[in-house]
Amino acid sequence: MSRYIATRAIRGANSIVNEFDSLLARALAERGPDLPLAFPNTAYSLPLILAITGQTVDKLGDLQPVLDTARQLLRPAPPDRRWTPYLGETLDAGMATLLAEEAIEAVRFAYDQQPEALPGFRLAGGTAFTNPEFQTNGDGHLNGPIDDIQLRTWGIQLVDGRMPGFAAIVGCAKSNEVAVKIVRELQRRNILTFLSGNVNGRSIIHQLMEAGVELGYDTYTVPFGTDTISAIYALGFAARSALTFGGMKGGQARDILLYNKNRVFAFVLALGEVDDLKYATAAGAINFGFPVIADTVIPEILPSGVTPYEHVVSMPFNLIEGADDLQRAERLVQKCIEVRGVKVKLAEVPVPVPYGSAFEGEVVRKADMRIEFGGKHSKCFEFLRMASFEAVEDGQVTVVGPSFADQPAAAAMDLGVVVEVAGRKMQKDFEPVLERQIHHFVNGASGVQHIGQRDITWIRLSQAAAGKGFDLKHFGAILHARFHADFGAIVDKVQVTIYTETAAFEAWLAQARAAYAERNVRLGNMTDESVEEFYSCTLCQSFAPNHVCIVTPERLGLCGAYNWLDCKASFQINPTGPNQPIKKSITLDPQKGYWAGTNEFLENASHQQVNEVAVYSIMENPMTACGCFECIAMVIPEANGVMIVSREDTSMTPAGMTFSTLAGVAGGGLQTPGIMGHGKFYLLSPKFISADGGFKRVVWMSSILKSQMAEQLQKVAEREGDPHLIEKICDERSATDAEGLVAFVTAKGHPALGMPPLL
Amino acid sequence: MPKKRTAGERSIDPASQQILIRADELGLDTAFSRADAMAACPIGMGRSGLCCKNCFMGPCRLTKEGQVGVCGATASTIAARNMARAIAGGAAAHSDHGRDIAFTLLAAAEGEAQGYQIRDTVKLQAVARHYNIPAQGKTTAALAKEVALKAIAEFGQQTGQLAFVQRAPNKRQQAWKRYGIVPRGIDREVVDVLHRTHMGDDQHPEHILKGALRCALADGWGGSMIATDLSDVLFGTPAPKVGQVNLGVLAGDEVNIVLHGHEPTLSEMIVAAASEPELIAYAQSKGAKGINLAGICCTSNEILLRQGVPSAGNFLNQELALITGAVEVMVVDVQCIMQALPNLAGKFHTKFITTSPKVMIEGSLHIEFDERRALDIAREIVRVAIDNYPNRGPVVIPDDVEDIVPGFSHEYINYMLGGSYRASFRPLNDAIMAGRIRGVVADVGCNNPRVTQDKSHTWLVREFLKRDVLVVQTGCGALASGKMGMVTGEAALEYAGPGLREVCEATGMPPVLHMGSCVDNTRILTVLAQMAQEGGLGDDISDIPAVGLAPEWMSEKALAIGAYCAASGACVIFGLASPVEYSGEVTRLMEEVWEKELGGKLLFASDDETILQRSLEHIDRKRAALNLPVYDPSRFGRSGDARMRALRALPLEARAEALYGGVK
Repeated sequence: MSRYIATRAIRGANSIVNEFDSLLARALAERGPDLPLAFPNTAYSLPLILAITGQTVDKLGDLQPVLDTARQLLRPAPPDRRWTPYLGETLDAGMATLLAEEAIEAVRFAYDQQPEALPGFRLAGGTAFTNPEFQTNGDGHLNGPIDDIQLRTWGIQLVDGRMPGFAAIVGCAKSNEVAVKIVRELQRRNILTFLSGNVNGRSIIHQLMEAGVELGYDTYTVPFGTDTISAIYALGFAARSALTFGGMKGGQARDILLYNKNRVFAFVLALGEVDDLKYATAAGAINFGFPVIADTVIPEILPSGVTPYEHVVSMPFNLIEGADDLQRAERLVQKCIEVRGVKVKLAEVPVPVPYGSAFEGEVVRKADMRIEFGGKHSKCFEFLRMASFEAVEDGQVTVVGPSFADQPAAAAMDLGVVVEVAGRKMQKDFEPVLERQIHHFVNGASGVQHIGQRDITWIRLSQAAAGKGFDLKHFGAILHARFHADFGAIVDKVQVTIYTETAAFEAWLAQARAAYAERNVRLGNMTDESVEEFYSCTLCQSFAPNHVCIVTPERLGLCGAYNWLDCKASFQINPTGPNQPIKKSITLDPQKGYWAGTNEFLENASHQQVNEVAVYSIMENPMTACGCFECIAMVIPEANGVMIVSREDTSMTPAGMTFSTLAGVAGGGLQTPGIMGHGKFYLLSPKFISADGGFKRVVWMSSILKSQMAEQLQKVAEREGDPHLIEKICDERSATDAEGLVAFVTAKGHPALGMPPLL
Repeated sequence: MPKKRTAGERSIDPASQQILIRADELGLDTAFSRADAMAACPIGMGRSGLCCKNCFMGPCRLTKEGQVGVCGATASTIAARNMARAIAGGAAAHSDHGRDIAFTLLAAAEGEAQGYQIRDTVKLQAVARHYNIPAQGKTTAALAKEVALKAIAEFGQQTGQLAFVQRAPNKRQQAWKRYGIVPRGIDREVVDVLHRTHMGDDQHPEHILKGALRCALADGWGGSMIATDLSDVLFGTPAPKVGQVNLGVLAGDEVNIVLHGHEPTLSEMIVAAASEPELIAYAQSKGAKGINLAGICCTSNEILLRQGVPSAGNFLNQELALITGAVEVMVVDVQCIMQALPNLAGKFHTKFITTSPKVMIEGSLHIEFDERRALDIAREIVRVAIDNYPNRGPVVIPDDVEDIVPGFSHEYINYMLGGSYRASFRPLNDAIMAGRIRGVVADVGCNNPRVTQDKSHTWLVREFLKRDVLVVQTGCGALASGKMGMVTGEAALEYAGPGLREVCEATGMPPVLHMGSCVDNTRILTVLAQMAQEGGLGDDISDIPAVGLAPEWMSEKALAIGAYCAASGACVIFGLASPVEYSGEVTRLMEEVWEKELGGKLLFASDDETILQRSLEHIDRKRAALNLPVYDPSRFGRSGDARMRALRALPLEARAEALYGGVK
């Protein structure tokens, strides 16, 4: 700290702790100590308080010791002369600030003052605040804290580098256009952006709202609140990432903070004048190793240590070199990235619209739509195949047929995207792996919405994107750039042909469908017994240091993002990367899924934390989990079966815990018999807990899974010899406790009841 | 007749100069005038020769090339033996200080020490961990008793190794093992040196010095470390506070009690007694406004760091304080107490009181310290002082007084660099690695009337700060810098180079860290060990770009400190002259062989410029060995509050625009 910052931060800390004190006193008087306190949909109570103090806060009275801790951390501000050192004291004051801020927000939740109301505001796209109480439509209020579901959804992206880090923006930009540019630059780099704070009542949230920028989970740009206090949600998110993925427990404050310093690439960007509370909050963030960058004149703290690089950097906006404010904004963002040491992989994609993963979730509404391909009114497919070097001309993009220029607004037309790739290391098996990437790649363009795959692809293009000159050939440009950037190790040449001309379209569609069918057969025939080696996935070890996924043809990674073929391709791309082949070696137990090779690999890769894994069992040495799992399976002894909870399900389960709470038990790389995280599609595998009786053990399943995978599940039921099995499986609509579940399955005559006892 | 020096040649401290002039006017002798009157004996320093008086076949004086003693002892054997005996003497003094503290802790734990309590239970637990004593389920008193007994046992331990040896980096411990100098016990190593240097024993210079190094380590990682740690347990681990230093802290209208020596034990009780309302009222009844305490030497450092008691100055200020005529009582415990004091006190109304069972001086009033009634004894001493106040004659108190911010225990430095949750040495290591801090110099040790008081200390400190070298200090060196105003946060803005200033501004620390009394040089060992463990600066103390200096040394304790620092891997440079210079062999052993075997060395340089250059060379060489960037101050200095002060100076309207960059 500089003495100036120390003085202001300590002053800010004292006043926010006093505010917490009087708010607590008032609330205790009005509502009593038993008033329940909680942030929605999190298993981590008030996460920062839990992380730092180890204390679980459930009700108002629990805040008293938090206040005491905060008070103990406060010291007087350094005097103008003859000061004693203040860095440690300022960091402590920052921590007191964070404790107070989180406590204040918790009380505000209890008073229905959070998430903050903002009339006329609408959260972007499909995201709505996931607390059932707030399940309106995302209108009229800001986001408030990130819930556990979203944290886990982003988890895999944070670990695999698709999302390099997060920016906590506090304040108000110099102008609306600067605000937009800053956010666009961050989105372009896939940096998650949290917005809070204001300067003289005006927040960057107001600025972006006026400029029509979509804010919400889907655009990676989440508005927390228009006051500085709401910035605490960013640090709660950081604290939870250590608890969720790092296997740490509440109270391991130092470890949690160091985890963030070493693994979570985040920074604070203070826009506009910095007041006492912002200095105090920034001091709190520095405890996490997050640096602070300001666009105004403030004292700089360039020596490193608590943060990996500079602690506080001031880039007065007018002094940034640049032709105009937009260029200055761009340089400001570049500086932020440099100061935090964020690693950004940026493929330059030559399209006339902003491009980045942050735009992947963007929704194009009918009203804003220029044209759509696929959906109800037209057909659309995408097909990738390997070809000989001679047959592919790299970078060639051909459009066969008319463009959409002559179509009326919001019309629909047929579209076929055929990608041909050549490469020395390319294999036929990689075709579907690469083909599935088209979804992510195309979606990255701002104003383009991509859903589905193969012949159920559905693409929408917004008026805005078309207005900027986005045309059919740009699909090809995107695919060419991204395949080279992301799969350069196996792809040497890429050529794209776009078909809108009817005859050619139909001919290629038929050819594609034949290929899809052939691939299905090949994939369907691929069993664990038919291969010599499995693959490891230790991608998440950057977050969960001891977790190892073992990915087999019949058991995909628990995050759902990596199947056996993906891992095989990934190994080709990066031979020393997180996906390594595991020779099965001697089969020790084919029923439970023990191999000498998997055990040996696991012991090393888990750093001797886990010695054995039964790949097909939940009861005996089940596979560990990082925290990114799509589903959790848990044994319900009363029903002699297992329940499957989806990440998207926020309801109570027969285990007496919600997904969020269960996730705390299942994650962190620990082996807990009876509970296991897994990928959604593992449910369909014949090897799904086959050692324990297989799919017939499933007695309860989140209804969202039933509806999402209705068709496939029906096939599984038939495979298991009980075509009516699915309707015998209970869900949250019928029972959320064990008694109700037992009654349900008994009434339905579920086969699990007649199976050998699980325990 | 040797030349009589002017006041300015005797000291650079204006307060000292003023009192030295007064001493001349009153016809009083001081160490300064005695040093003028008596030239140092050339046999025993420099190139003139060596003297051995370890047996009565001599004393033997060796002044010619190839000459040997009556027994045949060579110059190298005699030089090594003399050095070893001096080191043993110093180690004995500092370690015995540690033993006394351990016994006080034991008495406190057993409830038999009046007025004492365990002030720092966190530190108690930390020390217990070092001793592998489980703390769980034990009362503070029970744990303190176990720790005290274990510490006491270390003194009498005969085999194995001292427990605190494990606090050194692994590589360091290996080096000690390899060279055969791991200390087995504390007393044993002192006795071992006295034995092997007796007539007719060890007559192999390198082997003699090995014994001396083992003895020094028994002090640095044993007795002295016990003294520091257990003092912290009893009286609290220091943290920075604002204090005052120099003769100006004596009060014209209060009862002045000056505490001189080295131990905190009795002085802490006098601090307690002097704040008792009855005694203050008693002082007022005698016409004084109150009771004013002031320290001298390292007792001063002990109570300055922990209680904020002002310091009247360092070693050479002890006589000068009395010559102000303002001292009612000077209380002394152990070490560095000049025999001239009782006689000098007799020229004024001052009562001179010895208190240690080990220290009586002819002409002193002896009130023997007994921890079982420590507070009563302290009260008695305060009463003697108050009763003496009406006898005060003419008084001359210099105006000179400087603020000082001492108290940098390694525990606080840890906290300072990261707060309660992120405490570590990372920022310090980072700053050295980046080159903001070029290296670290520990400037410690005494005053010596043979050279100008405080001149070498303060000149060197200023030169190092200018070149972005962080200075840590203890003992009389620290007080010298304090008197010159270099131990405050503001001093960074005035004295530090651009990189060091940035670090000081970021942390709020002074550019000179005052870490305690001379026994607290063990804090420096702990800091160095932690820096090595933090990573980025090699994996041993000898890898760190750091130098230890004692430019104005005079005591045997200083040599013991120098030896344990060298054995711990530090490059140590002493000022004045070399006591072993006559033996090229011993000089080579201490500079070259020690460096090869242990990575550290002890050498002597008689002028400050040489000390400065050799220190910087050593630091830069260590930087290069670590592949750190070459020191380049032009890269640093941008951070800090200066731009903010410019911005705040603008009128309100201009400030709004300037916020975005009107001010460069």
